[in-house]
Amino acid sequence: MASQADTPQIPPGLPFAKGGVLPCGPCLALGVSADGPEKTTSLRSHADVGTSPFAKGGWRGIFGGHNAKTSTATVHIAQRNPSVLPGFHLALGFTIFYLSLIVLIPLSAAFIKTFTLTWEVFWATVSAPRVVASYGLTFRTALLAAGINAVFGLLVAWVLVRYKFPGKKIIDALVDLPFALPTAVAGIALTAVYATNGWLGQPLSEAGIKVAFTPLGILVALTFIGLPFVVRTVQPVLEDLEAELEEAAHSLGATPWQTFAQVIFPTVLPAVVTGFTLAFARALGEYGSVIFIAGNMPMVSEITPLLIITKLEQYDYAGATAIAVVMLVASFLLLFAINALQWWARRRRGLEGA
Amino acid sequence: MSALAPAVPHLTGHASPRTHGVARRVPWVPIALTSAALAFLALFLLVPLAAVFVEAFRKGAAVYWKAVIEPDAVSALQLTLLAAAIAVPLNLVFGVAAAWAIAKFDFRGKSLLITLIDLPFSVSPVISGLIYVLVFGLQGWLGPTLAGFDTQVIFAVPGIVLATIFVTFPFVARELIPLMQAQGREEEEAAAVLGASGWQTLWHVTLPNVKWGLLYGVILCNARAMGEFGAVSVVSGHIRGLTNTLPLHVEILYNEYQFAAAFACASLLAFLALITLAIKSAVEQHATAA
Repeated sequence: MASQADTPQIPPGLPFAKGGVLPCGPCLALGVSADGPEKTTSLRSHADVGTSPFAKGGWRGIFGGHNAKTSTATVHIAQRNPSVLPGFHLALGFTIFYLSLIVLIPLSAAFIKTFTLTWEVFWATVSAPRVVASYGLTFRTALLAAGINAVFGLLVAWVLVRYKFPGKKIIDALVDLPFALPTAVAGIALTAVYATNGWLGQPLSEAGIKVAFTPLGILVALTFIGLPFVVRTVQPVLEDLEAELEEAAHSLGATPWQTFAQVIFPTVLPAVVTGFTLAFARALGEYGSVIFIAGNMPMVSEITPLLIITKLEQYDYAGATAIAVVMLVASFLLLFAINALQWWARRRRGLEGA
Repeated sequence: MSALAPAVPHLTGHASPRTHGVARRVPWVPIALTSAALAFLALFLLVPLAAVFVEAFRKGAAVYWKAVIEPDAVSALQLTLLAAAIAVPLNLVFGVAAAWAIAKFDFRGKSLLITLIDLPFSVSPVISGLIYVLVFGLQGWLGPTLAGFDTQVIFAVPGIVLATIFVTFPFVARELIPLMQAQGREEEEAAAVLGASGWQTLWHVTLPNVKWGLLYGVILCNARAMGEFGAVSVVSGHIRGLTNTLPLHVEILYNEYQFAAAFACASLLAFLALITLAIKSAVEQHATAA
C-alpha cells in the first residue's frame, strides 16, 4: 500500500478531479458547509497548500481550525462520493474474516449442534421443570436487579452531575468497579459480606433476612454487576441538559419537583431505559459473581448458566447446547431491543435539540 | 461534570417560585439525595471491595505472602497475563481495522456489521466457552482432526486464549467506531490527496486523533481479559499449574475452604482492577481536556 503515496486515488466523481488540481478535504468541507457544493470551485486557490506539507508534518497547523461541527454538517454530502481513502478492502476483509473466525462460526456451532437433536428431545430438555425453574429465577432476579439499578443509577448519576461533595472524583471512578473487578472476585467478596457471619449478613440474619445462598443473594450479585450501566448511560445526558430549560420552567413557576418530573425526567428517560436494558441483558447471562453467593439449589437458587455447566460436566453436550440456544435467542432479541432503543433515544435527543 | 455544578446550583436548592429568584436554599434535598446515593454505592461497591482486602490479610501477612508466591498461583498469574497479552493486541488490530472500514467508507450492511461486532457482549460467558468446546472439543467439529495432530485446544492454553479473545472482542472496536465516525474523514482525505499512503494516513493522522479512545478501549479490554471467569472456566479443565488462570485459581482455593489464600489471590485481581480504574479516569480527563 505504500506505493500509493505518489498517486493518491481520486475517484472521477469528485468535482475537482478533471481540472488537475488536488481537492483539499478540509477546504472542501468548509466550502460545502458554508456555501453549498456548487460554490466549491472557488477553493481552487487553496491547492497550493498541497505541495507536500504532509512530509514535513505541517498539515496539522494548516487544517487545525476545522472542527467537529463542520464535519457533521458535510457528512451527508461527503457520503455520496466514493471515498478517496485507501484500505477499504483490506480493512473490511480483515474485519469480516476475524469476525467470522472468532464469533460467527463458533456461534453457529451452537445452532448446528442443536439440529442433531430431534424436536421432541430438544423440547424435553429445554422445558424440563428444573430448567424452567431456572429460567424463571434468572429472569425475575435479572429484571429486579435492573430495576434497582434504574432507580439508584439515576440517583447516582444525578448526584454525581449536580452536587459537589468531598471524594466525588474517587466515587465517580469507583462506579466502574463492577466492569473492572473480575466476577469471581466480586462473587466471593459479596458472599463474605452477606454470609450469616459477614459484616452485613450478620445484622440482616438477626433481623430474619437471609441473603447469601438464597435468591436474594443472586439479586445482590446481579445488582452489583449491573450497577455502572444506568449511571454511565444517564450521566452524559444529564451533563448535556440545557440549563435554560430548567430556568424557563423555574421562571414559569414550576416547583423543583415539577421541573424534575416534567422537564428533566422525560429527557433522561431513553437513557434510563437503555441502561436498564443493558443491565438486564448482562444480568441474564451472568455466571461468575452469582455461583458463589447463590447456593445453587435445584428449583430454588440455580441460574440457567449454571445448568449449562452442570450438563457439560455430565458430558451432555447436546443438552447443554439446547439450553444455550434458548438463552442465545433471548439475548439476541434483547440486543435487537437495545439497538431499537438507542435509535429511539438518538432520535428523541435529536428532536429535542432542534 | 463538576464544571456544571456551580452553573446550576439554584435549580435544586430553591424553595418556592414566589421568592423571585432569590433562592432560599433547602439544603436537605441535595444532602438527602447525596446520602442515599453514597449509601447505595457504599453498600454495593465499597463494602465488598474492602472485604476482599480484609479477608486477604485476616490470617496475617505471612499467610498472604505464602498464598501469593505459591507455584500454582504464580503459574496462574502467568497464564492470565499470557492470555491478555495475546487477546488484547489481536482485538486492538481488529478494532482499528473495523473502525477504519466502518467510519471511513460507506457500504451496505454497515449497521448489521456493527450489531454483529457487539454480539459477544450479549452472549453469556458460559455460552462463550461452550461454543469453543463445540468447535474444538473431542466431540466437536475439529476435535478429532486436532487429536490426529496431537494438538489440544480445549482443556489447554489455546482454548483459554480463544475464549478470552471472544469475550473481549468488541471492546476496542466499540470505543473507536463512534469516535472515528464523529471525526469524519476530511483529515484523512486531506492526507491522502497530499500524497500520504494509507499506512501513513493511519499512523500520522487517524491514530493520533483517536489515541485516548484507543487507550480507553485497551484498558477495558485488558481488565476483562485478565478477569474473565465463566468462559475460561468452561474451556479450561482446571488443571493446576497448566490451565488455571488467576480467577479460576481463586475459585479452586475458595471451594477448598482456603479462604485466606483465595482472598489473597483475589486481592491481586482487585488491585489490578483499582489500577485499571485509576488509569481509566486519568485517560478520561486527558480526553476531555484535549
